[in-house]
Amino acid sequence: MSNRYIPHTEEDIKVMLDRIGVESVDDLYCDVPSEVIFKGEYDIPEGMSEPELRRHFRELAEKNRNLKVYAGGGVYDHYSPSVISHLLQRSEFYTAYTPYQPEISQGTLQYIFEYQSMISELTGMEATNASMYDGATAAAEVMFMMVASARKKNRVLVSATMLPQVVAVIKTYAKFHGVDLTVIPEKEGVTDLATMGEALAGGDVAGVILPCPNRYGIVEDFTGVADTIHAAKALMAVYADPSALAVLRTPAEWGADIACGDGQTLGMPMQFGGPYLGFISCTTALLRKMPGRVVGATKDASGKRCFVLTLQAREQHIRREKATSNICSNQSLMALYATIYLSLMGRKGLVEVNKLSADGAHYLYNKLIETGKFEDAFGKPFLKEFTLKTSLDVKELNKKLLEKGIMGPIDLGNGLVEFAVTENRTREDIDELVNIIREA
Amino acid sequence: MKYYDKLIFELSRPGRKGYELPADKYETDGIAGIPADLQRTQPLELPEVSELDVVRHYTNLSNKNFGVDTGFYPLGSCTMKYNPKINEEVAAMPEFASLHPLQDEESVQGALELYYNLQKALASIAGLAEFTLNPYAGAHGELTGLMVMRQYHLSRGDNKRTKVIVPDSAHGTNPASAMVAGLEVVEVKSKPNGSIDVEDLKPLLDDTVAGIMMTNPNTLGMFETEIMDIAKLVHDAGGLLYYDGANLNPMLGKVRPGDMGFDIMHINLHKTFSTPHGGGGPGSGPVGVAKHLVDLLPAPHVVKGEDGKFHVEGMKDTSLGSVSSFLGNFGVMMKAYAYILSLGKENLKNVGPMATLNANYIKESLKDDYLLPIEGACKHEFVFDGLKDKSTGVTTLNVAKRLLDYGFHAPTIYFPLLFHESMMIEPTETESLETLDEFIDVMHKVAKEAKENPENLKNAPLTTLISHPDETTAAKKPILSYRQLKASQDA
Repeated sequence: MSNRYIPHTEEDIKVMLDRIGVESVDDLYCDVPSEVIFKGEYDIPEGMSEPELRRHFRELAEKNRNLKVYAGGGVYDHYSPSVISHLLQRSEFYTAYTPYQPEISQGTLQYIFEYQSMISELTGMEATNASMYDGATAAAEVMFMMVASARKKNRVLVSATMLPQVVAVIKTYAKFHGVDLTVIPEKEGVTDLATMGEALAGGDVAGVILPCPNRYGIVEDFTGVADTIHAAKALMAVYADPSALAVLRTPAEWGADIACGDGQTLGMPMQFGGPYLGFISCTTALLRKMPGRVVGATKDASGKRCFVLTLQAREQHIRREKATSNICSNQSLMALYATIYLSLMGRKGLVEVNKLSADGAHYLYNKLIETGKFEDAFGKPFLKEFTLKTSLDVKELNKKLLEKGIMGPIDLGNGLVEFAVTENRTREDIDELVNIIREA
Repeated sequence: MKYYDKLIFELSRPGRKGYELPADKYETDGIAGIPADLQRTQPLELPEVSELDVVRHYTNLSNKNFGVDTGFYPLGSCTMKYNPKINEEVAAMPEFASLHPLQDEESVQGALELYYNLQKALASIAGLAEFTLNPYAGAHGELTGLMVMRQYHLSRGDNKRTKVIVPDSAHGTNPASAMVAGLEVVEVKSKPNGSIDVEDLKPLLDDTVAGIMMTNPNTLGMFETEIMDIAKLVHDAGGLLYYDGANLNPMLGKVRPGDMGFDIMHINLHKTFSTPHGGGGPGSGPVGVAKHLVDLLPAPHVVKGEDGKFHVEGMKDTSLGSVSSFLGNFGVMMKAYAYILSLGKENLKNVGPMATLNANYIKESLKDDYLLPIEGACKHEFVFDGLKDKSTGVTTLNVAKRLLDYGFHAPTIYFPLLFHESMMIEPTETESLETLDEFIDVMHKVAKEAKENPENLKNAPLTTLISHPDETTAAKKPILSYRQLKASQDA
């Protein structure tokens, strides 16, 4: 029976069976109908030793290619400080459960408090939860929050300029939960605010979700939008890139009631799609409608400052089918990731990351326009990501770039391509990319 | 060791920094192109600290935490097994960690092969036809599974099936997930032994029922012996059976949910397949389905072509939609895959039996001192209804908190709701006889303390870094950020 993860010797098993008073381990399953006892073999390989496992993963790894990434679409190749992975390997953090026992979980509870503080700083909002699964599911939960806050209204608007994968998840949640979801069309690369205004005039809208920056990389202008939305007694949410909020007007500054988004841009590895984290911040007025765990500061019996899970009366394990969300856990370890990242970078570092990325992106933009093969698709302001129109065969271009170890732009169809640049690319990298494209 | 209680913000000194970025060699100003009124003017108060400040701070915080690597974690229903280190190593390999989710398939064949193999391995272990690895957590898997259930009925034009039956003993997540999926919850009663009351179930099964959500073994760790009858009744009524994989661990090597008649299930990779709980996440909650439901699964899905290459399959017309941005928590899947390969077919089948052996050993060793409401062989976990001797006034909470003093994590307490003093214990298969004996000794000792010095016990924990946090004030006057904390201190 014994294996490196199962410590039972034959002698142990005998001692234990004697104590229990049965003959064999099978006797502990005597209540299971014999017809359902599994008599076959799992269709998986035989166990591997550690050297064999390493070799196997090495072989798989060799079938992947690490590329110089010039694509974004919601996931960016930002720099990840070495410190973070070292600290995340503290097993007191990663082998802990949800901090239900505050006396022995102050490490987790405190970093979640710090995380909430930092995300609230970035979004400018008053309260932030302990994190959600990812940006898309966070946005879907925001939709529920809006409907729950509005009582009788069941309609939510989302902009067509939100990331497509986020809209797709919101649509799925809306379909099953029975929320009346309307996608506001786009006009020249940004949300068609006139159409939004018309939809709001109907008086049945609970809330509106808008992007910052949007799916094309454009920083949209929401001047006056909060007033329009609030006049219709609806809530405004901004789906934001938290890293970009170091330099862009914040959801709070736009007058939003809720901010949400994906934390991947806070230096997290791209990891083929996850894990990242989703965040939700809101005004104090909406605090009790916000889903997910929340950590608060308090004092213990001897007056020591400490931290606890709080406002749990909102949660599924108390409210059961009356809860507004079914989320149990948070992406705790990824929240720690974001917290350490933001501690290391600070405000100045985050501004520098944005500046390096934006400068690189604008440098690439200028060079690509110079080739004569691209023109600006929308002519709107952008930060690290931008969309161009090209006459080139995009599939062929990306194939050629792949051969050179480069992940080219995202193909948005109709000749639209979207490039992203982060601080991990250099001017020399970009010159190389442009040279290849020039010859294409 | 000195008690550490600083917040990272309190270490901040203007001008200090913990990063270094390359010099900006572009002769462009990217931010200048953004109109001033689209830029931030609000202050941004993040810490200004050195790299060593950060390293010491979080190392000190880690010392205030208890994990599986610290000690025994008998937390019922949570399957706190050992998290193998090699899994962490392989998941961090840059060849995987640096992959963009939208990379060309040609450049991610290794990742897709792993993903595909994990889909298949889970299907074989579950006795089901196909798995989606998209869901991010157990609750997310439940939600996805219930969406499959609804999509099945809707796709057949059977629109009136809007109810889902959930046992009254179920975890709160079950009814909450049903609500989110747009289903109405109908409770089915449990018998005194915790199993589903089949007579109570029968009249509930009409043509408005979409299906039933169950765990097996149930919340009390007892096998639902009438499962085949239940499956037949539900199927005959046109409903589907959903298996909550929270209690899958004792079934490994013994029973496959598909063979019990379940049509849909989720698996918590962070329970049964050893990936770390991470202080609350990230987890992963793959959903498996029987053959007739495969086309309803969410996208994206990974398939193997005739050429032996792996492909990401887009959205099918029949699919319920998408529930995740990309393929799911890939980094977590890598760890589960490493675990499955490490154990292999010959060892994975010992997981369930050894987990069950451990649970029964503790149960039989402690039932003299603790009230065992249900006799008989449990599976991976069992529930005590507090101390046997209730005359001392010592509660389950007191016992749980006293365990912290003795270096153990507490069991799950006051759940399930079937008993007043529930104490749910799950040891998992990775614990040795010696560890179990230490725990048993301490539990006996606590029972003795309850008799001899109950007042002391009622003040537990007595030796932890903090004790008796004021949770009432925390909820009444929430302080949720450093900014609010400073304001409350200044007030």
